[in-house]
Amino acid sequence: MRFNSNDHFVVKIIALVCFTITLFLASFLVGRFAISPLTVLKIILSKFIAIPQDWDTTLNLVVLQVRLPRIVLGILVGGALSVSGAAYQTLFKNPMVSPDILGVSAGAAFGAALAMINNGNWWQIQLLAFVFGIVAVAAAYTIAYVFGGNTITVLILAGIVVSSLFQSLLSIVKTLADTNNALPTITYWLMGSLGKGKNEDVLIMLPTLALSLCLIYILRSQINVLAAGEDEARTMGVNVPLVKLVVVVCSTLMTVSAISVCGIVGWVGMVVPHIARMLTGASFSKLAVTSFFIGGAFLLLIDNVIRGIEGVELPLGVLTALVGTPVFVLLLSRVKKGWS
Amino acid sequence: MLTVKGLSYYYRPDQMILKDISLALASQDILCLLGPNGTGKTTLLRCLLSLNKMKSGSIEIDGCDLTKLSARKRAKMMAYVPQATMMAFPYEAREVVLMGRVTHLATGGRPTNKDRELADEAMERLGILHMSRHLFNEMSGGEKQMVLVARALAQQAGIMIMDEPTANLDYSNQVKILRVIKVLAEQGYSILMTSHFPDHAFLGCNKVVLMRDGLFMAQGSPDDVVTSENLSKLYATSVCVTTATLYPRDEITKVCIPIMSELVQLKLNIETSVGESTPTEVE
Repeated sequence: MRFNSNDHFVVKIIALVCFTITLFLASFLVGRFAISPLTVLKIILSKFIAIPQDWDTTLNLVVLQVRLPRIVLGILVGGALSVSGAAYQTLFKNPMVSPDILGVSAGAAFGAALAMINNGNWWQIQLLAFVFGIVAVAAAYTIAYVFGGNTITVLILAGIVVSSLFQSLLSIVKTLADTNNALPTITYWLMGSLGKGKNEDVLIMLPTLALSLCLIYILRSQINVLAAGEDEARTMGVNVPLVKLVVVVCSTLMTVSAISVCGIVGWVGMVVPHIARMLTGASFSKLAVTSFFIGGAFLLLIDNVIRGIEGVELPLGVLTALVGTPVFVLLLSRVKKGWS
Repeated sequence: MLTVKGLSYYYRPDQMILKDISLALASQDILCLLGPNGTGKTTLLRCLLSLNKMKSGSIEIDGCDLTKLSARKRAKMMAYVPQATMMAFPYEAREVVLMGRVTHLATGGRPTNKDRELADEAMERLGILHMSRHLFNEMSGGEKQMVLVARALAQQAGIMIMDEPTANLDYSNQVKILRVIKVLAEQGYSILMTSHFPDHAFLGCNKVVLMRDGLFMAQGSPDDVVTSENLSKLYATSVCVTTATLYPRDEITKVCIPIMSELVQLKLNIETSVGESTPTEVE
């Protein structure tokens, strides 16, 4: 029997959620300290109910302060990037689009680098990355609005232009950076890592993510119609300028929140929506949900590999590209019929 | 009832694209808009659909100013059937049809069973329900066009604007789509379509508009408007409109024939027989 992407959505989503939860719990077992599953469960539960402590107190710290934020961050960042990517791909009617198409990554990278050469602390780095990520997208949007009549093609072009601008600004910052301290820090930041995230980071990004995801979910039917093109969507009664603005603002907020904590994590936002489309079809209502869970599980899985390798911490962005590219080639060969 | 009065449009004031266009479209009307390439047909459709903002004039539906309506309300009155193209992603036909329901959804709501039923019903009416699970991008041009008409039906708007519904279709599919248009008009829809086949004006249309250089050259019933003189002027090419008897049914229909050579036009006396069984006489 032919596998049909559009059948049994609920069953697939339940399976996906179960898989993500299992992966979430299993991820606590990965790392330098060997902790038994039972102990992990007890430590987590002890936060909510009184359990007599029969384990080493340092394990508390390892599970709740080190592994927990990293695991939650993996799911949130992967999910947020994937939903942004899926929304952008549908909005721009373009399967090759990723969340950083409007310059958010380049802007954030420049902001972070700027903070780093000025010896900024962790919060200042995050703040500048956040601000410049938004500045970049705002610039692209303004350029498209003023000079291009707010059409989608011009918006993408403006995004590419702004990206290039911030890339070159970043290069200037890198040339100015102190080669012993700042430059390596910048370089590692650009390759991405979930390792620096703390519980506070998760708490700070959570409201932004939740709000953006909600807004995108509310407009899912309208976003879906935009896949037929801007003009057709308008004749079908969609308030295109509003939907476009909401998608761009929400995707930017989600991406920039993710990037400012984890650095640049490429490929997730572009590849995951395609995997999701294969699993549950092209309709954005389903795509948004599926992308979130696949993206979360995907990034968590990759981060587990990183944490599992002893001795060296491979950069996250490098590994996502390493896994993402062959997956993408595989997808190309399977779904080309739907695109050509 | 769609009423357009004094509509004009330009990109630059010294280059008018549409000049003082007026037309009326009632229930059960099929209006065929004929004109050469680049004459502003598509721009007119875009103005009617508020995709381009007209510079002056008025568009009203039953006395209600269309330009003042939100996209959502407008979509409930007027649907657009574009030319069939590709979707960027592998949508199923039924998902494309369901898109037509978006204007009726509550904010944040999802399509209900009733919306799905209406989408299925639209496909049923056009005889494509058995293809509802096919991928839109893998369908033929004629099938895609039907899906897009079904999408417009699902939108439940009384006026349908069709951009060259018969373009790139073979005879069988041209006839299919024209038949659908005729049936829809009989059911009370108002249809405005553009075409590059003047013959189609005689197949079901009750109003014809000839448009050249942004102006309406003539409008009226097909028999009055689609004449040799008018078409020759319209396309700046010799065109002969003549009658043909459809043997053996003894029906007479009008046909338009573009003339390659000026000499032939002067003394037109062609006898053709198409196939052995159905000879057609052209007088």
